[in-house]
Amino acid sequence: MIQIEHLHKSFGDLDVLEDVSLNIHEGETLAIIGQSGSGKSVLMKHIVGLLSPDRGRVLVDDVDICSVPYERLREVRKHFGVLFQGGALFDSMTSEENVAFPLEYFSSRSPAEIKARVAECLELVRMPDVGPKKPAELSGGMRKRVALARAIALEPKYILYDEPTSGLDPKTSNTIDELIQQLAEEMNVTSVVVTHDMHSVFNIADRAAFLYGKSLHWVGPIDAIHNRDDPVLDSFVTASEYHVGTHPTASSPS
Amino acid sequence: MGRAFASVREVRTYWTNFITQMVRIGVESIPIVALAAAFTGAVLTVQTAYQLQTSFVPNTIIGSIVVPSMMLELAAVITAFILAGRVGARIAAELGTMRVSEQIDALEVMGLNSISFLILPRVLAGVVMFPALYIFACLIGIGGGLGIAEAAGLLSTTEFIEGARQFYQPFDPYFGLIKSITFGFIITSIACYKGYYTQGGAEGVGQSTTEAAVQSCVFVLLADLALAVLLL
Repeated sequence: MIQIEHLHKSFGDLDVLEDVSLNIHEGETLAIIGQSGSGKSVLMKHIVGLLSPDRGRVLVDDVDICSVPYERLREVRKHFGVLFQGGALFDSMTSEENVAFPLEYFSSRSPAEIKARVAECLELVRMPDVGPKKPAELSGGMRKRVALARAIALEPKYILYDEPTSGLDPKTSNTIDELIQQLAEEMNVTSVVVTHDMHSVFNIADRAAFLYGKSLHWVGPIDAIHNRDDPVLDSFVTASEYHVGTHPTASSPS
Repeated sequence: MGRAFASVREVRTYWTNFITQMVRIGVESIPIVALAAAFTGAVLTVQTAYQLQTSFVPNTIIGSIVVPSMMLELAAVITAFILAGRVGARIAAELGTMRVSEQIDALEVMGLNSISFLILPRVLAGVVMFPALYIFACLIGIGGGLGIAEAAGLLSTTEFIEGARQFYQPFDPYFGLIKSITFGFIITSIACYKGYYTQGGAEGVGQSTTEAAVQSCVFVLLADLALAVLLL
């Protein structure tokens, strides 16, 4: 379980997060939503200790990752797989070398076992044939899928997705959504998806956390997101192109 | 730098990186260092001969000036300036791109110590390869001077070598080696720091690269003066 308690973060004079508290339960898929610049990615980076809060703390399985020594933090991070916005594949390596990278350094598998696991991961993300290709030879969607294969190689307990569908066409976005769902079910991982793509949120999330005005404005199950009593949340949800005409109370064009 | 030395247990991982960086910093720099050293040695010889042509000093003095100049100053400083551009800019651009494309974050999230993984092999490779390049530049530079002296009829090889021997101090090559180790550390450390802490996108990478090259040259000059004052 991940617990975020009273998190404050600012960069210079710019306050980004103020008093954010959030629990992420085992096995769930939580979407962190909000407008661009609302602090979603900053919050995600705190969850893996890439950023340190000014105040507050983050507990991962009861370990306060904001105060542990660096070596302990590295151990905690091994429970995470992260899909970065641009994939963050190592461009000097081929796709299969990228996927094999964490296995070579953090598992006791033999070379043959590593090769088999790489093939398995690439198969799981439906990219079995791109092994010899370098990231520069892949499209944006393909890069994200290879990056996802790398993120799951060590069978992490938590997978964090930073804008997994941004910049992708709708069909590829749907494929990524399906993969997120599939991995959550087959590997029983806890997933945290940072996105402003409401189409994805409705497809994959069990719960959503809405960041607005530097703080956590709303948290709840995805079924309760059509909250007409909350104009800020409602305005964000209905602004999604996907949602036009599908909202139960959306008015018809006159 | 404290974190860089923290995880000695990953020595196996970093050995491969170290060898790769030695090739990139050292072996791949050989052609440009050879070119610069040969021309510097040759030009120094011709200009020294020109300056001494009307004086009543023997030709051997040219060798006495060219060889110590290469050993004490020129081989080390010219190598450092070339590598500040070639190696320093490359390291800063490489690490800066890794930073802005989140590849460094990806290493950290996997549980790797990114500082040890990326910076330590580069700095160590610089400290090891710069002295090797200095020795190489010395030999090529002196060879260039000797070659042009003979080819242009300025003085004979025998006179050149005799002059070099006359005022040779055993400490001269050691001083050059100390300088080159210092310069290697300065250039790779500044480049790694600038690259690792790059902010922003392509503009940030460009800025880091420029700062790495310029600041390396400035600190090389300061270190050059400090070592000369302290050790000579």
